[in-house]
Amino acid sequence: MLALSGVGKAFSNGIVALAALDLEVRRGEFLTLLGPSGCGKSTALRMIAGLTEPSAGALTWAGGERPEIGFVFQEPTLMPWASVFNNVWLPLRLRGISKAAAAASITDALALVGLADFAKAYPRELSGGMKMRVSIARALVLRPPLLLMDEPFAALDEITRFKLNDDLLRLKSELGATVVFVTHSVYESVYLSTRIAVMAARPGRIVSQILIEAPLPRGEEFRTTALYNERCRAASQALMEALSPEDRL
Amino acid sequence: MSEAARGSAGGRVLDVILPILVFLAAVAGWEAVVRIRNIPHYLVPAPSLVATTLVSDWPTLSGSLWVTLKVTFSALFAAVVGGVGLAILFAQSRWIERSFYPFAVILQVTPVIAIAPLLVIYLDPPTAVLACAFIVAFFPILSNTTLGLASADHNLVDLFKLYGASRWQQLIRLRLPAALPYFLGGLRVGGGLSLIGAIVAEIAAGTAGQGSGLAFRIVESTFRQNMPRVFAALVLIAVTGITIFLFFTLLTHLLLRHWHESVRRRDT
Ligand SMILES: Nc1ncnc2c1ncn2[C@@H]1O[C@H](COP(=O)(O)OP(=O)(O)O)[C@@H](O)[C@H]1O
Ligand SMILES: [Mg+2]
Repeated sequence: MLALSGVGKAFSNGIVALAALDLEVRRGEFLTLLGPSGCGKSTALRMIAGLTEPSAGALTWAGGERPEIGFVFQEPTLMPWASVFNNVWLPLRLRGISKAAAAASITDALALVGLADFAKAYPRELSGGMKMRVSIARALVLRPPLLLMDEPFAALDEITRFKLNDDLLRLKSELGATVVFVTHSVYESVYLSTRIAVMAARPGRIVSQILIEAPLPRGEEFRTTALYNERCRAASQALMEALSPEDRL
Repeated sequence: MSEAARGSAGGRVLDVILPILVFLAAVAGWEAVVRIRNIPHYLVPAPSLVATTLVSDWPTLSGSLWVTLKVTFSALFAAVVGGVGLAILFAQSRWIERSFYPFAVILQVTPVIAIAPLLVIYLDPPTAVLACAFIVAFFPILSNTTLGLASADHNLVDLFKLYGASRWQQLIRLRLPAALPYFLGGLRVGGGLSLIGAIVAEIAAGTAGQGSGLAFRIVESTFRQNMPRVFAALVLIAVTGITIFLFFTLLTHLLLRHWHESVRRRDT
């Protein structure tokens, strides 16, 4: 679907966020970027979304151009003045699609995330987990082939996070989307992904890759399999090696 | 109705009743002191005399009230159009903001009472008074709206870019709604200042002004030692100020009640 070759990003303040990054995103996979904070995960994701340009190297898209993309941030990033329905309408609205014409897509997207009954609510009436669901519904409303998620569940409690992990895998399978996911949680990355790219900081780069060969979606019992345990161990190990000496303190 | 809700409703009733009681007590005390001490009405008129003056002089006073209201709201309207317009222009380019913002600050920090006499020379008195009221109301609206337009969630800004939103869409759908609470704060301050500006400027215009606003009535009545009328005019000014404040507070509540933290209602 996408190849990043020799991609680098140096900011004007002299920080080299990414150095010569080579990464392929394959159609249909669930790829996770795992790494300590500051290693350039967000920068890589924003580059894929076209929100920031590489200062070296290039991105090559399979179809020749960037496909429709859904983006989910760490914060729900909803418009507080708009109802849930109008928040999910946003991507369509910005394309000039009227509320009436968009209604079916919006209702579908809300049903997908289990919030069909909350269309009229305002964001502040919702819990953290529900807000994140709205954010996911908004990202899915255009049915993008590629979904980018930047630590979307990091601020949620563990029970909510587990529930959303399962829902995310179900949605991904239903929609057949490709997902690039960012996290610094080893367990979350192993549970969700078909492939993990472990990154190290200063400068940001990929140090190793881990394949998780179990099919998607997975259930809670996957957390007790030998494969899961072995991959968690491998990912922890890779992450430890990725940490620079001062990070380990 | 829950226990907590009834408690807070009771709390709101008290919020109204307590100040009214304090006010009535103060007025009664004032009336008593004036009567017991036999204070002459050209020094301090009793509240009852102020009230009867308000009624007997109503034809003159209402005309002046109307003039003052017209100046206050014309100036506020101009300040809203100018302040929001300039803030939107600032939001388009940091260079424009950097070039012009200092002048807005200079206008703000120079006391309007010091500018007023000059303006009276250059402009005809009614326009000068309007200009003064505009100058004081303009800045809080400009600076608050500028801040509001710049404080849209940067992730939302990115999201708008991701979906290919035009500058216009970004302004209408994102920056203006995000700026609304800031703008309303500026409007509440600007509304009060615009009334103050209208009064101060009219006093500064002094005898040069053939104006007939409430400030002019105060100057004229002081001159003639007609204290009851001075106090009646003061009452009208205070009531106008309070009404403006309450009006914009209500407007803020209506516009923001669904989403903004400042108007969050909660049970305890
Ligand atoms: N807009 C920016 N300007 C300057 N430096 C930045 C900017 N964005 C990120 N950085 C720096 O680049 C590095 C990588 O950031 P980021 O991609 O956000 O890391 P991560 O998401 O892995 O925590 C960090 O050192 C960060 O401070
Ligand atoms: Mg990040």
